[in-house]
This record gives sequence, C-alpha cells and structure tokens, in this order.
Amino acid sequence: MYVYQEHDQQLLNERVAQYRDQTRRYLAGELSEDEFLALRLQNGLYIQRYAPMLRIAVPYGLLSSRQLRRLAHISRTYDKGFAHVSTRQNVQMNWPALEDVPDILAELADVQMHAIQTSGNCIRNTTTDEYAGVNPKEIEDPRPWCEIIRQWSTFNPEFAYLPRKFKIAVNAVPDEDPAIIGVHDIGVQLVHNDAGETGFQVWAGGGLGRTPMTGAVIGEFVPWQHLLSYLESILRVYNKYGNRDNKYKARIKILVKALGADKYRELVEEEFAELKDGPMTLTEAEVARIQACFTDVEYRSDVDTSELDALLADNKAFNRWYHTNTRPHKQAGYRAVTLTLKKTGRVPGDISDEQLDAVADLADKYSFGEIRNSHQQNMVFSDVAASDLFALWQELDALGFATPNLGLLTDMVCCPGGDLCALANAKSIPVAESIQRRFDDMDYLHDLGKIDLNISGCMNACGHHHIGHIGILGVDKKGKEFYQVTLGGRGDRESKVGEKMGPSFESDEITDVIEKIIGLYVEKRLENEPFIDTYERIGMDPFKEHIYG
Amino acid sequence: MGKVIIDGAIVDNEWARLEADALEAGLPDGKVIVPLAYWQENRDTLMTRGDVAVWLAPGEEPKDLADDLSALSLVAIHFPAFKDGRGYSYARELRTRFAFKGEVRATGDVLRDQLFYLARCGFNAFEVREDRSIEEAVASLKDFTVRYQGDVNDPRPIYRQA
Repeated sequence: MYVYQEHDQQLLNERVAQYRDQTRRYLAGELSEDEFLALRLQNGLYIQRYAPMLRIAVPYGLLSSRQLRRLAHISRTYDKGFAHVSTRQNVQMNWPALEDVPDILAELADVQMHAIQTSGNCIRNTTTDEYAGVNPKEIEDPRPWCEIIRQWSTFNPEFAYLPRKFKIAVNAVPDEDPAIIGVHDIGVQLVHNDAGETGFQVWAGGGLGRTPMTGAVIGEFVPWQHLLSYLESILRVYNKYGNRDNKYKARIKILVKALGADKYRELVEEEFAELKDGPMTLTEAEVARIQACFTDVEYRSDVDTSELDALLADNKAFNRWYHTNTRPHKQAGYRAVTLTLKKTGRVPGDISDEQLDAVADLADKYSFGEIRNSHQQNMVFSDVAASDLFALWQELDALGFATPNLGLLTDMVCCPGGDLCALANAKSIPVAESIQRRFDDMDYLHDLGKIDLNISGCMNACGHHHIGHIGILGVDKKGKEFYQVTLGGRGDRESKVGEKMGPSFESDEITDVIEKIIGLYVEKRLENEPFIDTYERIGMDPFKEHIYG
Repeated sequence: MGKVIIDGAIVDNEWARLEADALEAGLPDGKVIVPLAYWQENRDTLMTRGDVAVWLAPGEEPKDLADDLSALSLVAIHFPAFKDGRGYSYARELRTRFAFKGEVRATGDVLRDQLFYLARCGFNAFEVREDRSIEEAVASLKDFTVRYQGDVNDPRPIYRQA
C-alpha cells in the first residue's frame, strides 16, 4: 500500500495543528456555529442525534493491520468500543466528544490516517473495487490511480467550497461495475486503447441521493498523462456553474442533466485545452513510484493446495463458506476472502474494538497485514494462501465473521439510520435485523441466491437503496416512520437505479412485504435464474399486483 | 481607514468597495472598487481615471472583464458568503487564463480559515471581515508548508517539486 514520505506526514501534522486551533477557537466562541460547521465537516465531524460522529478516511478502503489496531484503540479510548464500516469504504465512530477530536486526529496521523474531506462540499474519499489488485478480471490495478487522485484532491484549494459533496470512483474491470462508477459524480473507467496504452473513460453526473441517476460519458479516452488535468476541468466547470441556491439541486448530476452531456463536454474541453500538457501532466516516474507501492506483496509460488480439495469434500460448512465468501485471485494458489460483518443480531458493518484487534492479528497471520473495507460494509483479506483457508475459516467463524452470506439477502447494506443519524427520517437498523431474523435459514438463503438488499434511513441514500435489487427507503409521514420499496436497482454488472414499487409501508409491515416479494420470485423464477434476472424478465407489474393487489 | 492584507503584510486599505446603490449619486473621488455592471456602463470614462477598480460577484466571471484587464490595477472578487466557492475558480482564471498581474482582492465574508486556499488560487489581498482579527488571519497564510497540487504561485505539483 501507499507508504507516506516525509512530506505526506508533514502535511498531516500541520492539519492536526490547524484543526486543533479551529476547535479551540470554536469552544472559545471565536467561530460561529455556521463557520465551524463547514470546517468540522471538511474534517468528517457531524453533530448527530445523540453525539458527534467522526468519519475517518480509509483511502479506497485499504488499511494496514497497524492502522486497524489504532482504530481499535481509538474506539476503545474515545468512543464506545465500536466502529462502523461505511459505504464509502470509510470508518465511522458514533460517540466521540467534539473536544477529543484533535487528539483523535493526532492518534490517526501517527499511523498515516486522517479524516480530511470525509464530509462537506468537497471531494470525498475516492473508492474502488475492494478486490482491486487481485481481481483476475481487472485490466490493471486501479489503486495507484486512486492514490494519484487522492493526492490531487487532498486540500485542493480550488475545490473546497463546491456547491455540494463530490464523489469519485475508479473501476478497472471491463463489463462489470464493482465500484459503482455509474452512480458517482465522476466515474473513472480504466481502459486500454488498441495500442495497449492506458487511458480512462470518464463519466460524470451520476449520483444517488434525492434525484438518483447514472452518469454520462464525458471523456471517451483520456490518456493517463492527462487524468488530473481532465478531472480538474470537470471540477472547475462544476464549481463555476453548479447550482448554489438549492442544495437539493446542487450535485453535478443536476448540472450535467440541465446542460446535456454534450454541452458539459464542450465546457470541459475548453478548460482542458488550457490545462492539457501543462504542469499537471503526470510523469512516468511518478506513476511508476506510486505503482511500486502496490506491488509489495511477496506471494509464495509453492502454496500446497493438495489438502484443500479433501477438506472441501469433507466439511459442508467450510465448503459453503469457501464458495460463498472467497473469490478467485490473480495469483495461483491464493484466494480473496471476505469477512462478512452481517451476522444476524449485529448492526450491519459494525465491528467492536476487540474484533478490530483480532482482525488485525489475522491479517498479519494470513494476508500480509492488509485489510480492505468494501462498499457493501464488509472487510476483505485480499491475499490468503489456499493452504491457510481452513485455519482462517475456523478463526473467522469463532469471531462471527464467517457467516456464509456474502451477496445473499442477509448481506444487507444499511446506513446507521434513525437510531444514530440526525438526518434520518426513519430507523434502518431494526428493519435490517427484522429481515435477517425472518430469513434465518441458511439453506433457503443459498437457494434464493444472489440478492442485493439495501436500506437507507432517508433519501440521502447512504445505504445505497437505489442500487439494491431490492431497496428500502425510510420516509417520514407526519412524524411516523414509513418504508418505500424499490425493485430492479443494480450495483453489480452495471449501475442502475431501481424503480419505486408503490405506496410505502409501516415498519411492522415491511418484513412481510419483503417475504412476499421473495415468495413471488421463487414462484416465477426459471431454473437457476437470479432474482434480478427474474425481475428484469417479468417486470414490476406482477410484484405490484402481488403486494397491493 | 480599515486594514487589508496585501502580499502577506497588514497595510492601510486605500480602496473603498462600493455597492451599486452607493453610486447612484455619482462616482466619488479616490480609489474605488465598482460593480461590474457599473464598470461596463461607464467603461470609457472610468478607463481614463486610473483609480477605479472592479469587483465581481458570484456569477460574474473574469471573462466578462477580459478586454479591460490591462487597464485595471485591481480586481476584487466578492464573497457574500464564504461557502460560495466560485471565487476560487475566478481568481485562478484571472491569474492563469488571463495572466492578470495586478492585485486580486478577496472581499466580503473573508475569514482566516479560508485564507490559505484563497492565496493558493491567486488572491494576494484580503479584506478580512471587520469583526475578526486581521493579525490572526495573516498568520494562517503559513498554516501549511506542503502542497500536493500546483497552484497559482507555484504551478508544480508534488511530483514536479524538487
């Protein structure tokens, strides 16, 4: 992974000092609420329903075991012993004291971590495929490009007061969208041209939230040297022309839609003509320097896989876990293992301080000391030797991270919702738990196959409900919690926004509704047909009729 | 006379920024910064005076002044609210696209916590909001010694800095 040089560390140290002083001035009454709001948000600090929430940046989801242990320490010392993996691959703490945040930042800076731009109207954490670098389907490791974007976006002076938040994602897998770039403000698709040169197809204007939509291709092929100049051009157009009167119309998607992709492209090209070949042009030396940071894993060429087949044949539980929670790897003899943070009875994406420590130990033992957060709120050990899988499975099982439900109905994405979040219209965690309890038969879940169920407590869509095959959105009706259901969203092969099924449901109805939807799917599906394919084949009407009819 | 930060030093503010309604009675003597619309209406006479500058509100872009920049020693960019970040791009354009060498001044809701970014985008003068300490604000120009990106003062990004 990227290891800080002296200047990277210096920057973080200066940031801690700056934020410490900002906090001091706020507490001394020298900064108004509104002035401090913008400053603390750019540092990931929200004031929530019961306490502040601090969102800590995990660049493209990648963590070292040392960093994970520091998160454990912080959650133990400054919080209630829990951390939460977010859909931007970040980590959230739900109970820090505002006064402690400067000390927390100092603790983070000590392990090359921070909370810079994890909120606010600025460029947020760049995300990518959680299997980046080991995914056999990718054409190139996207992480070096994420790191290059991270550095360009960190404290970028021109883009700290944008009309609205701004999210960039990078994907290197053709014909799939594991980083859901289609629903990002900017989506960057790595491509190779006929000459084999690296470039980027650049999308803009996608996003979830109140007005969900997929983006449009703005740059068909941007040569790698010009990635940053091109991104800067898109951002400058947005900074100048994005709506600033109405925050619900302020995202880039609204601007791209209003102008049309062709006009937006024209404006970008105008800026780009000026920046292209200028000092921002990336150099081969810089790209090589960053790429070298991501090739430091020393795989063994002598992994003994001879026992694995016998173990898989003998042990049904291990076999199920292997086929559900582990994935093929670029390197022969290795698998990528997902730790599912979705055991029934636990808040999706939550992990305790002790578990963080335990996961760090396991990462050291089995996966070169690295961990990734996924946007589906799970964790990944990307580099596990096949000969270690059985032992790792046993240890994960003891920790509760081997529930074999990756990609299944109970592997839900779920925001913190009304239990914690001040923005939420409705609770989401109890809904997730109720559904998990209803669908508690693992054989049945496997029979149902892959179903993405995403839950957001409000239209800000932190739970990505629009791109769930089944989406649940909490809404408020005269002070009462209701839930709206969408069907047909996708965040897998492609990014696609789901369709509203109809009127919303009360909280005690929603689990029954999900059961009925699943019931109809089971009745209508063809052999081996996944839920989303059945939906796309038969359409919304039969579901509507079945639920409301 | 108030104070202003120019090129890192706190000095007397010689310029007065005027809103449109203050100009209804005519243009006062002395160094004044007038709205873009007023400048455009009275361009020919104002050009000859030499002590008239222009301020841009959000939505008014440097390109609207492109032909006049050689006659101006100062362009102010006004921030009615610090959260409206359009002015950052405007300052940058003034410096890089239009190669404007005169003073670029931030006026309005100008606070110390934005000064470092403003300076990097090409502002060299700051009218700090009157209820805030200008001495503390000027110190914030030294908040950071490291920059990942190039900027108006040094176009080299980190990978081109020696």
